[in-house]
Amino acid sequence: MNWLLAILQTILFVALAPLLAGWIKKCKCRLQNRKAPSLFQPYRDLLKLTRKQPVVSDQASWIFATSPYIIFSAMVLAASIVPLIAVDLPTSANADVIVLIGFFSFARFFLALAGLDIGTAFGGMGSSREMTISSMAEPAMLMSIFALTMSASTTNLSFAIGHVLHEGLVLRPSFIFALLSLMLVAIAETGRIPVDNPATHLELTMIHEAMILEYSGRHLALIEWASQLKLMLYGVLIANIFFPWGIAKTIAPVDLSYGLLAILGKLALLAILLALSETLFAKMRLFRVQEYLSFAYLLGLLGMLSHIILEGAR
Amino acid sequence: MNIGQLDFYTQAVLSLAALVGLTSFLMLGQGRVLRLIFVFAVQGLLLALTTAVAAYSVNIHHLYISAVLTLVLKVFFIPWMLRRLVLQMDMHRDVEALKNNSAVMLGGASLMVFSYYILHPIVQTSSLVMLNALAVSLSVMLLGMLLMISHRQAVAHVVGFMSIENGLFFAAVVATHGMPMVVELGVAFDVLIAAVLFGIFFFHIRTSIDSLDVDKLNRLSEVDK
Amino acid sequence: MILVLAYCSILFSFVSCLPALLIHQRRNINLLALSRRWGIDDLEDPRIPILVRQAVFGLLGLSGFFAVLAGLGALISNEVFTDKIGLGLPWLPWQVRFDNLSGFFFLIIGIAVSAVSIYGPGYVSAFEEDKHPFAVLSLFSGLFIAGMLLVLLADDAFFFMIAWELMSVASYFLVAFQHDNPANRRAAFLYLLMAEIGALAIILGFGVLASFADGFTFDALREARLSTAWASIAFVLALLGFGMKAGLVPVHVWLPEAHPVAPSHISGLMSGVMLKVALYGLIRFCFDLIGEVHWQWGLVLMLVGTLSALGGILYAMMQTNLKRLLAYSSVENIGIIFMVLGLSMIFMAQHYPQLAALGFLAALFHAFNHALFKNLLFLGAGIIHHQTHELNIDLMGGLIKRMPKTSMLFLIGFMSISSLPLFNGFVSEWLAFQTALQVDVIDNGVLRSLIPVAAAALALTAALAAACFVNVFGIMFLGLPRSRHSDKAQEITDKGMLIGTALLASLCFLFGIFPGLMIGLINNIAGQVLGASLPDGAKLSWLHLAPVSAEQASYSAPLVLVGALIAAGICFRYLRRSPATVMRRAETWDCGFGGLTPRMQYSSSAFTMPFRRIFAKVWIIDEQIKKDSQGAMDQDVAAIHYSLQIQDHSWPRLYQPIERTVNRTARLVGRIQTGNIRTYLGYSFVTLIIMLWIIS
Repeated sequence: MNWLLAILQTILFVALAPLLAGWIKKCKCRLQNRKAPSLFQPYRDLLKLTRKQPVVSDQASWIFATSPYIIFSAMVLAASIVPLIAVDLPTSANADVIVLIGFFSFARFFLALAGLDIGTAFGGMGSSREMTISSMAEPAMLMSIFALTMSASTTNLSFAIGHVLHEGLVLRPSFIFALLSLMLVAIAETGRIPVDNPATHLELTMIHEAMILEYSGRHLALIEWASQLKLMLYGVLIANIFFPWGIAKTIAPVDLSYGLLAILGKLALLAILLALSETLFAKMRLFRVQEYLSFAYLLGLLGMLSHIILEGAR
Repeated sequence: MNIGQLDFYTQAVLSLAALVGLTSFLMLGQGRVLRLIFVFAVQGLLLALTTAVAAYSVNIHHLYISAVLTLVLKVFFIPWMLRRLVLQMDMHRDVEALKNNSAVMLGGASLMVFSYYILHPIVQTSSLVMLNALAVSLSVMLLGMLLMISHRQAVAHVVGFMSIENGLFFAAVVATHGMPMVVELGVAFDVLIAAVLFGIFFFHIRTSIDSLDVDKLNRLSEVDK
Repeated sequence: MILVLAYCSILFSFVSCLPALLIHQRRNINLLALSRRWGIDDLEDPRIPILVRQAVFGLLGLSGFFAVLAGLGALISNEVFTDKIGLGLPWLPWQVRFDNLSGFFFLIIGIAVSAVSIYGPGYVSAFEEDKHPFAVLSLFSGLFIAGMLLVLLADDAFFFMIAWELMSVASYFLVAFQHDNPANRRAAFLYLLMAEIGALAIILGFGVLASFADGFTFDALREARLSTAWASIAFVLALLGFGMKAGLVPVHVWLPEAHPVAPSHISGLMSGVMLKVALYGLIRFCFDLIGEVHWQWGLVLMLVGTLSALGGILYAMMQTNLKRLLAYSSVENIGIIFMVLGLSMIFMAQHYPQLAALGFLAALFHAFNHALFKNLLFLGAGIIHHQTHELNIDLMGGLIKRMPKTSMLFLIGFMSISSLPLFNGFVSEWLAFQTALQVDVIDNGVLRSLIPVAAAALALTAALAAACFVNVFGIMFLGLPRSRHSDKAQEITDKGMLIGTALLASLCFLFGIFPGLMIGLINNIAGQVLGASLPDGAKLSWLHLAPVSAEQASYSAPLVLVGALIAAGICFRYLRRSPATVMRRAETWDCGFGGLTPRMQYSSSAFTMPFRRIFAKVWIIDEQIKKDSQGAMDQDVAAIHYSLQIQDHSWPRLYQPIERTVNRTARLVGRIQTGNIRTYLGYSFVTLIIMLWIIS
């Protein structure tokens, strides 16, 4: 039963990801006084892409054709371990938050290789930039995780959420910093403004798009879906670790439906926040990203320090 | 004692303390004068909030007066004055290229660890949880000093000086629930005077050496190079 | 019994020196009679070199096989075997001790040597017999491997140092094997110099211990009770000595010089295995002989390790010579190992032996993994060199279509070394993070804030390593070929070379999926060396790996693999149903300009440019762009020349000052050499007077 629920939750996760992307788009359009496409447009796009014939460069090797599957399944795996509507599901014991980062870097490894595979300048440029940004983001992410795990003393997501739930509303300085830091990292890792602009195809600025420029058809669909999933993963991570209230502690149907409603509400709010920040800020130069991410690292560091200094039990 | 068992106000004070520390770091990495002054004002605001919450939490009334004083002086008056000065002297477009920024930041973080290390024996003897924030106040002072060392603009030096005072004030609030009223008023008055004096000095330095870059003051050295 | 296996393995490695040597010296020794019996009439028969190669590597293979058996035996039986060999000093026969720790390193060496022995015959056939005689190579390979194995068996300081020197000197000759190139001779000399300085430091370290003990046997040294100050001096000496061998920053400079010039299978052994022997030495010295560790030492180890890890990977990233790059990456991995070992020491000194065991486990497991994948990559580099005669990655490209099997092996190696899930490198790095995350138990606030910073540096290292190896794989194997050599490259035909490399690759994958196999064995070592091991219940369910407790963290590689296969399988099946969506090949999009050339691709120096800019202070960068201008007012640029030189900071900052000081003192000392005979008589006279005065 539990395993079934875990699989269902993963499927729900995967199915909801395009919806979140659509919702963000909608919010952004409203904020910028544009007419918004339908909430379900991302689904239509994905469906359309899967029906098209994929065109692959004759220079490409098997890496190029298999990478989308690898990337997508890495994200699905990541989705399977992040509690969405219920904690204590059996899949969450398979991997902890560090393995989650590992899944992300697995996907990134292949995405970057795919970028290099076709032998164009664009692909190499995108891969190089992506690897640069991710290597700056990784220490920052780990720092914020440290700030979190020092109070929860676990890296297992399910138990960490349980710990926060159990403790109730506590105003922890370390959590404030960790939250801020994780948000900054999430923006950088999912390639949103101000680090990367998912809507641009200008060679000076694109990062993610440069790597996947050669993709088409179902390959492109898988990669797009995977990046939507990644965005949702970070959203759920932030929502459920810092504001876990509402998540189902048992597998009673009532609890589960509350859990679903709660996470939908939280994600909707986060998406509005993201849309707002994307509207307010402009994309920054590539070499400013380093300062941005060092700031995220500093926040994580301060979170860790304030846990030691201010929340010290001794 | 674990933070989860404390009452909400203490938690709030501690969180605000952490944010005060953050503003110190923000000032350290800020090359634009106007933003620096803005962050300084935010620090003042956080300080005033902390004082107010602490006053409510321990129920000491004169802390309210301190809070209001901080609010008026450090959030509105001094930043306003500095801002006016900067605009008058037309330096708000200057961006100071900070060298070794990340090294300075890491240095700041290690200063924080250092002050925790120094104060740990003192804090441990007390049962007062709020005293944990003492290390933060010391590091705010040290970071203010570091700000003065790492920046070259005279305005940044003033802000650094003021933030040292902020640190002292903060230490007084968390350690002894504020200094006696007379001392506090005196200090506030001093700070006010200092700010005014700095303003006058700026004009003088500016007219004599045509810049507010403190490195240019080296030219005043008597020794021939 | 197990000790006999260990002796067998050493014996076989000694014996492997002989066949090639005998054939080489055939004119001096009358082999004709012997060879007739084997059915070979003519000693100049072309089959003989092949036979000899197979014999030598067969013997090495036996040696490796027995080493694996002995190592496994010791690890499983969890016992200590001691013995005496009647060699050495009259009053001090060589003491032999074979315990878990030695067994573990025996296992590492055994696996590496076995893989090399399968790989070797094909690889060395490319060497010209006149210039680089195989007899020399086989002689010193055998001595080198025997030396390493003997170091692990040694149970007294004399024996240890003799074995250590055997290992060092033999490997010097291996580095100098292709001595016709002056750069190689220089690299070998640098290596010998640093190895000997290191050995000197180790001897001094033993000396400090021995002065508090009666005798030089390790048992006596264990009994020695040192004051903290003397123990710290011994620790620093040992760290310097073993660190020099292991390649810690800033004493790593010999590594990137020596590894590229040795034959590939030897660099694989040196990088994968010999550095581990240095690690063994340090563990034996600190945890076993000194016994009581201090947290300050742990801190030093952790800081030096972090520095090495970061420095190693950053330097590695800038290299274009594949083997040099791999050598720098060894510095990185050794740094990670030492950092985690430092953590373990800190926990040990703070009286958390179980957490110390966790760190110890992570360090040893990473050592094991590094031996696997670094050996794999060096052997792979040998294949690439064999097929393309090229080690500069900027001249490769597109090899994945020309050498599909080799590229697969490389991909596995790179995925392991970049610590991606499902591969072994990830597990050990995960354990390292888990160790660092336990920091909250420590009382000391400074340590509590430093360890997370070091862990964040570890995360940075891992991310940089991923970037570095994406770069290497992408530039070497993907895209269009950048030179004629790589365009014409073909898959290797020698089965042995592929199988030897594939063996290591499959082990990388195996221990990535079932790390519990190895971790259970290492746990015994922690029990024997530290006196504490991880609790039984939590760790060793074969499905889940939960080092501390299931509530704190768990990782199940088999389930992850199954999940990944299911997810990929479903979308693979589902998306490829319709026949209308069969993949179509077409030209690459070239923005409408036409004609993409290999020169338009990103090169490795282009790929790493953002890193060069962000971490600019780490290197000494000399970047020059020259433009040849022509035409009116020199406005047309005819050609642009770009040159990039990147240097290590340690040369001008550390070594050149030392060199200058040595030279200056030498000149000062030289002044007393006047060349005048009466002055020398005067020296003798003064010495005599002083001696007489002292005696009185």
